[in-house]
Parts: sequence; structure tokens; C-alpha cells
Amino acid sequence: MTTGSFPQTRGANYRRRKFVNGVMLTLTGVATLLAVFPLVWIISYVVLEGGRFLSLDFFTQLPTPVGVPGGGVANAILGSAMVVGIACVIAMPISLVAAFYVTDHPNTPLGVAVRFGTDVLAGIPSIVMGIFAYTVVVLPQRHFSAFSGGFALAIIMTPIVLRTTEEMLKLVPRNLREGALALGAPEWKTSLQVLLPAALNGVVTGVMLGIARVAGEAAPMIFTAFGNPFFSTDPNQPIATLPHTIYVYAISPYKDWHDKAWTTALVLIAFVLGLNVLARVLTARQAHQWSGN
Amino acid sequence: MSVDSRVKFPSRALWYTQWARRFKHGDVFFRALTILASALVLLVTLAIGYELWQNSALPRAKFGLEFLTGIDWNPVTNVFGALPYIYGTLLTSFIAVLIAVPIGLGIAIFLAELAPDWLRQPLGFLVELLAAVPSVVYGLWALYVLVPTLIQPTAKLLNAQLSFLPIFEGPVYGPSRLAASLVLSIMILPTISSVSRDVFLAIPRAQREAALALGATQWETISQVLVPYGLSGILGAVILGLGRALGETIAVTMVIGNNPDLTASILHPGYTMASIIANEFSEATSDLYRQALIEIGLVLFIITLFLNLIARLLVWRVARRVPTEARV
Repeated sequence: MTTGSFPQTRGANYRRRKFVNGVMLTLTGVATLLAVFPLVWIISYVVLEGGRFLSLDFFTQLPTPVGVPGGGVANAILGSAMVVGIACVIAMPISLVAAFYVTDHPNTPLGVAVRFGTDVLAGIPSIVMGIFAYTVVVLPQRHFSAFSGGFALAIIMTPIVLRTTEEMLKLVPRNLREGALALGAPEWKTSLQVLLPAALNGVVTGVMLGIARVAGEAAPMIFTAFGNPFFSTDPNQPIATLPHTIYVYAISPYKDWHDKAWTTALVLIAFVLGLNVLARVLTARQAHQWSGN
Repeated sequence: MSVDSRVKFPSRALWYTQWARRFKHGDVFFRALTILASALVLLVTLAIGYELWQNSALPRAKFGLEFLTGIDWNPVTNVFGALPYIYGTLLTSFIAVLIAVPIGLGIAIFLAELAPDWLRQPLGFLVELLAAVPSVVYGLWALYVLVPTLIQPTAKLLNAQLSFLPIFEGPVYGPSRLAASLVLSIMILPTISSVSRDVFLAIPRAQREAALALGATQWETISQVLVPYGLSGILGAVILGLGRALGETIAVTMVIGNNPDLTASILHPGYTMASIIANEFSEATSDLYRQALIEIGLVLFIITLFLNLIARLLVWRVARRVPTEARV
């Protein structure tokens, strides 16, 4: 029997279908390349442009005025660390504890509402979170502050940490939990001393992804943390942050500030992408850990 | 005798055993704490809406619905109409979705259906890294690299060849709605592609095998079986992408040119809701001015809240229809 006994495989229609198939499948590959292209373009450009002015001073010195060479963004690095730190202190306990509830009771009315509410919260623009922080913290206090910036970031961070932690807790095999309960451990000991250590990699991943996301937020910083040309460690005072510094430098009319914007972007992107890669490695390990079950 | 032979637990103080029994060895507190934290997350979502509503009372009372249709935004005369900003946001987001949907779907299909196993993970990760790049870095790159090298020549070409169409009317500047839309489309690509990839992965294997067994080519299987099957999920992915585009602030503010007008041309500079908040909020001097900006935030909040509700419902529906055992 030859292929000739299937007349349709010889017809023009068949050839057309094969052709369309080939073209469309190739196009999906092209689409994927098209997405990777801007990523490579951005990263290589930031590394090349920003790398030119990278030096130790950039991490240890305060910004210099326009036209004065040298200087750094040490205050913004410190400020970003502080604002993100405040965000972590607020967001982490709440999202971790809520993640326990959502994992244990995914189908109760509150469980469904929280999972749904978290997804919705994740989709609200960060600038709206900034306004919320402004009306809740800045307006009553009557001044911009590092704390209000951290507050805004905490709300942006919560859904990310909550959802990742929930996903990771769900990966822990049921029998670990049942074993602990069967031994007579109360639920809170089971959660904190069995489930949490078992899912620790994943929980750390969630926190890292949350940090990576909020560390790059410039929009809510404009009217919460506000910016500050000097060193500050006072949570009640305005403070400089890396993304806001990039924004201010980038839209300024000065060439040397543009150069500094690129170098600051290099510092920020190295931190953010580094955290993402690390998180990815940890997640792979976590999924692998339970893959035998 | 009978009393002595019973197993004796280490003796504890009476108050402790009573306490432990009543509160289930602390579980009552733990449960209360977890419920409290969960409720807090929900409450914050509600509180955001409440605060925005409360703090935009002045312009709501003064302008009513004319706030949404007014075209004049003048802090000096205390007249605030948000239409140019709403128009700019909708137009740029719409074009961004138009660009990003075919590419994002292509990526999803490639990653879920075609890519060999060794390529699937790393490629998927690279696409997701696009979502990790901070908005301000996108803005910086777009302003100094993308606009001069790609947008400006393209815009000049479009204007030279097709200026009879109102959307390609001149004059051509660098910063434009086109530039903002293109940056937005890159930024929402990972959202659209990763959500719809998950939708494809949730479709039972039998659907593919049945189509292939009937003689369909792989593309026909994808376009005529898998896409219709996962359509509501894909639609959800698109709406999620749209929601991200609507609220994106810094990158757009840096390349759109910040010029409120209602022209149809995508080559003109424009303005968006998020951008005017970013630009003017910290300089808003009067209460009415600031509250007008908060009301723009409220509009943005309501739109994105609504879109996210719809999108999540659509995505959830696909995930629920498929029994877990039937998944690939």
C-alpha cells in the first residue's frame, strides 16, 4: 500500500494545510524570540551604559550636584533597603499567617474570599496603593516619610508573598501534616514546626519575589517616601530610594544625571534580577523535593 | 489497685490542663490569628476603595459626572475634567493589548505545545523575567534607546506614507502614544503569555489526541480545538494584561510626552490617568486639586478592580471545569 491510496494526502488542500501548519508553528517560535529580544536589549544596554560609571564610590558616596563628577547613590541604596525593610516587617507576618489559613481552608467562604481578594489586590495599580498610603499615613502626619513608602510597598507585596507561600504550602505532602496531627501535635505546632520548615524554601522564594517586585516600584514613592538628597535613617523623614532616583535623574535635562540614571539602573536591575534568578533556583529545588510523593 | 494501675501522665498544674483543654492546646488562638490576618487582607482591599471615595468628596460634589466628561484641567481656575486622561489611558492600553495579544498567545502556544522539554523551562523563565524588570528601567530604556532608534523612524515612515488616516496624523515628535503603547505591550507580554500558557496546560490531553486522530494538523488542533476550549481563560489572560496596562505609571509617564489632548493620532504625545497623578500629585496645592487627582485614582481603581474580577472569574472557570485527574 502506497501513500497514493490516500488521495487527500496528494491534493492541493492537503499541501495548503501542511503549509499553514508550518508557517503558524514557526510564527509561535518567532513570537517567543520577539519577547526575549527586548529583555536582552534592555539588560545589555543597562550593563554597557551603566557599567561605564560604576565604581566603589557609587555605593558609598552621596549624590553630587549637577556638573560635579563622582558621587554616588549611597543614600538611595540605604533608603531602598529601609523602605523595603519596613514593607517586609508589615507584610510578611500578615501574609504568612493568612497563607496558613488559606491553605488549610481553601473552600470556606473566607478562604475563597481571601484567595479571590488577593488576586484582585495584585491587579490594583501601584500608584493607587501610593494614594492609599498618602491618605492613610501622609495626610494625618502632614509630612512625607520613609514609613509611608514602606506602607505602600507592604500592600503591593502582600498578595505576592501570600500567593507564593500558599502554593508552596500546598506542595507539602498531606501525610506529613496528618502524621504530626496523629502524634497529637496541636494544629499550630503542625503548621509552624512541620509545614513551615518543610516549605521553607518556597516561603523564602515568595518573600524574595515580593522584595524584588517592590524594590523597583517608583510610582508610589513619588508622594510617599518623596526623596532626600542626604543620608537618612529616620522612618519619619522623607527618604531617597533607587527607583525614584532613577526617575528623577532620567527626566532631568542634564547629561551627567542621565549617566547616573543608567548606573543606578544597573545597581537596581542587578539586585532585582538576581533575586528572581535565586528565587527560581529555590522553587525548582522545592518542587523537586516532593516530586517523589 | 485499679486506680494505681492506670497509666499516669506527668502531672501538670490544674490550671494548665484546664487551659489546654479549653483552648485546644492553643489552636483557638492560632485559628483566630490566621482568620484575623486573612480578614485583614480583605479589609485592606475594601479600605483602599473607601479611602479613595472619602478623599475625593470635594470634586465629586462639585463636578459630579462632568468630571469624567470634562476636557478642561485647570488648577488655576479650579476646573477639573478628566476626559483627556481617561481617553489617553484607554487608547494606549488598547493598542498595547492589540500588539501584545498575538505575540503573547504565540509564546503561550510555543511554550505549552511545541517547545522541547529542555527549552520550555529556561525560555518560560526568560519571558517571565520581562515582568521583573522595574517599570522605571523600562522608562529609561524607552526614553533614550527605543524612541530614537525605533519609534521615531517608524513614526516618520507611518506619517509619510499614511498621513491621510487620522491615527497617523503629524507632526511627529519622539515621545508619543505609540511609544507608550509599545512599551506597555512589552510590559504586559509576560502576564498574557504565562496565564494563557497555564490555560493551555490545563486542557486535557484527550482533546489534543482526539483532534490529531481525526487527521487535524497540529496547528488545526491548536486553533480549532484548544483555543476554543480554553477561550474564557485566554480572555481572562488578555483582560489581566489590559488591567496591568491601564495602571502602568512610570514607564508611560516617561515616554508619552504628557500632553492632554483628544486627537486620534497615535503619533501625537498624549497623557494618561496614572501619569497625571505621578506628575502633579506632590505639587497639588489646594484640597480640591489634590482630591481631583485622588478621584482619577478612584476611577483607575474601579476600572482595574472590575477588570480583575472578570478576568479571575474567567480563569477560575477554566481551571474548575477540568477535573484534576484529567490534566496532562
